[in-house]
Amino acid sequence: MRSRWVLFVPLAIMGLLFGAFVYRLVTPNDTLIRSQWIDKPMPLFDLPPATAGIEGLKSSQLADGRPRLVNVFASWCIPCRAEAPQLEALKAAGVPIDGIAIRDRPEDVAAFLRENGNPFDRIGADMQSSVQIALGSSGVPETFLIDGKGIIREQIQGVILAENVPEIVARLEAMK
Amino acid sequence: MIAELGLALLWIAAALACLSLVAAIVYLRSGKGELAALVRPASVAQGALTAAAFGVLIALFVRSDMSVELVARNSHSLKPMLFKVAGAWGNHEGSMLLWLTILGLSGALVALFEKRLREDTLIATLAAQAALSLGFFAFLLFSSNPFKRLPIAPPDGQGLNPLLQDPGLAFHPPTLYIGYVGLSVAFSFAVGALVTREIGPAFARAMRPWVLGSWIFLTLGITAGSYWAYYELGWGGWWFWDPVENVSLIPWLAGAALLHSVSVTATRNALRAWTVMLAVIAFSMSMVGTFIVRSGLLTSVHSFAVDPERGTFLLVLMALYIGGALTLFAFRAGAVAEGKKFALLSREGSLVINNLLLTTILALVLLGTLYPIVAEAMGEKISIGPPYYNRVAGPLALILCLVMVAGPLLNWRRDDGRKLWSRLPAAVLAGAAVLFGLVLFGGHVGVLPLLGMTVAAVVGVASLAPLWGRNLRRTPLPTWGMVIAHFGVAVALAGMAAESAFIKERLVAAAPGETVKVGDFAVKFVGVQPVAGPNYTAIEGTLVATTSSGDSFTMRPAARTFPGLMGTPPTETNEAALLTRPGGQLYAVLGQPVTDADGRADRYQLRLWWKPLVWWIWLGGGLIAVGGTLALLGRAQLLALWRARRARRKQERFA
Repeated sequence: MRSRWVLFVPLAIMGLLFGAFVYRLVTPNDTLIRSQWIDKPMPLFDLPPATAGIEGLKSSQLADGRPRLVNVFASWCIPCRAEAPQLEALKAAGVPIDGIAIRDRPEDVAAFLRENGNPFDRIGADMQSSVQIALGSSGVPETFLIDGKGIIREQIQGVILAENVPEIVARLEAMK
Repeated sequence: MIAELGLALLWIAAALACLSLVAAIVYLRSGKGELAALVRPASVAQGALTAAAFGVLIALFVRSDMSVELVARNSHSLKPMLFKVAGAWGNHEGSMLLWLTILGLSGALVALFEKRLREDTLIATLAAQAALSLGFFAFLLFSSNPFKRLPIAPPDGQGLNPLLQDPGLAFHPPTLYIGYVGLSVAFSFAVGALVTREIGPAFARAMRPWVLGSWIFLTLGITAGSYWAYYELGWGGWWFWDPVENVSLIPWLAGAALLHSVSVTATRNALRAWTVMLAVIAFSMSMVGTFIVRSGLLTSVHSFAVDPERGTFLLVLMALYIGGALTLFAFRAGAVAEGKKFALLSREGSLVINNLLLTTILALVLLGTLYPIVAEAMGEKISIGPPYYNRVAGPLALILCLVMVAGPLLNWRRDDGRKLWSRLPAAVLAGAAVLFGLVLFGGHVGVLPLLGMTVAAVVGVASLAPLWGRNLRRTPLPTWGMVIAHFGVAVALAGMAAESAFIKERLVAAAPGETVKVGDFAVKFVGVQPVAGPNYTAIEGTLVATTSSGDSFTMRPAARTFPGLMGTPPTETNEAALLTRPGGQLYAVLGQPVTDADGRADRYQLRLWWKPLVWWIWLGGGLIAVGGTLALLGRAQLLALWRARRARRKQERFA
């Protein structure tokens, strides 16, 4: 014989469905997509130099015991220009910074560094955005905080503002 | 003044819905007949007045009355007339009024023509329909008034979204809405039958034409929408598993399941509780679909209004309706006596498997559509795309097609496996021929497309089997309808599988004079010229496609720019050029200019696809709709009536 509780199953499923709807209505849609690599080691990569005179970037170089920043940028990215002074300030505070230049030409990278200063120890050229995608970065500029073991601890999406600088220095200090 | 007239009509119609509901409740409680006499005329009047209000809204758009906020926001005096009219439903408020109009007209039709049901069940059905209308009247009047005036009328309007300025799109929403809302009648019949406990063949027969009719419109709406996405968006795909596509597919799947189960109930008086549940689910899924796209719950081109107040309103409405109906079902369905028994290998058995598969696919599509929301609630962010759907729904759909091969050839109640097998050799041979042909000569073909084409061949041949050995002139229309619809499924399946297996794509930056090879075609890029349309400017490319046998065809893909009106930014759309050949379609899109070192545009991005058999997909959709229509005509006995009338006229003429 048909058991009676089965007849309540559709009602229960509907309840779950509406629960999801209510949740979505009360929590506004957050369109920011975070990297899935937080608290995981940097994905493996080996990028050639982005411009003459500055070393390329290998993921194995990131685990040298010193917490650092990896900045994903491009010479064609206007907000990256706005971010340059903050990177300079971080470098002045003793923070090691590596760069990944996205879909860029060597001469454009050189011009960008001439105009905005060079806070980078190394810059890898990511011509096809493959490392950017592997990192789970969805735009430029983005900055990753890496600890001394080469593990990604934090992701900053968009421009680093002047008021963020002391906080970033403190965070990296805490990772030591 | 006419905007105020429209608003007044809406209020009166809402009052009539209220009257129907109250009169019906009093009648059903006390059994007194006087009030029941009010329900039918009130339902008819409510439908007529709502339709009149919708007519008023169209008139406002036709006259470009910019003192009405809705017109000012969605229309422009220089728009072609077709799009002025279509603008009336190309926005949130107008589309909700269209929804209500169809809801009201459906109720009116039931009130006028339904004679097969017991009186109390019919009154309960009309009451359920009135209750549905009442909620949506409240939504429209309190939070989405389409007739709202502006304090100061602007000199002109902001125009309709250029993507929607396409003749196909003018008809896509009404078609889909008729399908969505037509299912409300099935919902109301189910609620009515649960209230009066009259669940049997009479109820199923009354419901069947409504289910069939709505499902035909859903089929047409989905087919047209898919073709629109194919040629207007310029991506070359015909189905993207976008949430909005999914929410139109879900009611279609529920409708397809209901269509088959209602036949079992009507013919054999079995599967009764299941049919009632599907009837509730089908319209519930229509409402959930509308809610998802209207509330901005999932971001898409269809979300007109991202407004939490409206979202909450709709959510509460739907929770009341769906929750109410399912609660009624849970308490009453247990009392529904079990229907007639049948063996697994029988027509009923195959239809049960059909229903289980359709509802499983429905559940998987629903899960895929909503899972990202659930995952986000648990702190994870994911999106679900075609790989999931193809992998989970594809194999099930193929199994479903195989069941479709057997089902129509089986007898009701019980059948013999060997007898079934003896009816199938031609179909099996066709499938084997296609399979071996593809494996030997098809090159590298994926497993799913390979199986798809094989199953399509089997279904294509087997679907015609019910006609074998029959007098075709005496074969009843519903049988013809079933055969054509099933054959349409095979045609569409063949199109989908062939397109995904043998598609050829080229993306090039071509200079004028250059020739690009794609599939069997050599396409020469002749050049570009500027073109002015009624409300846009365009760059139009000229391509000459030559086949290997030497035939030449000119194609003109264009990139249109619609100027921003009243401070809105300009919009660009792609007009793909399509060359339809017996073997498929050549699809060309003109992209961005490519600049050289000096900044001059010397080359253009060209995207070319050769899509084998792609138009079979929509041909198949059309055949399914034609089959459904034949079945509907047969069921509704319209043809018999028409013949009788013609005979009578002849007699009169000779008299």
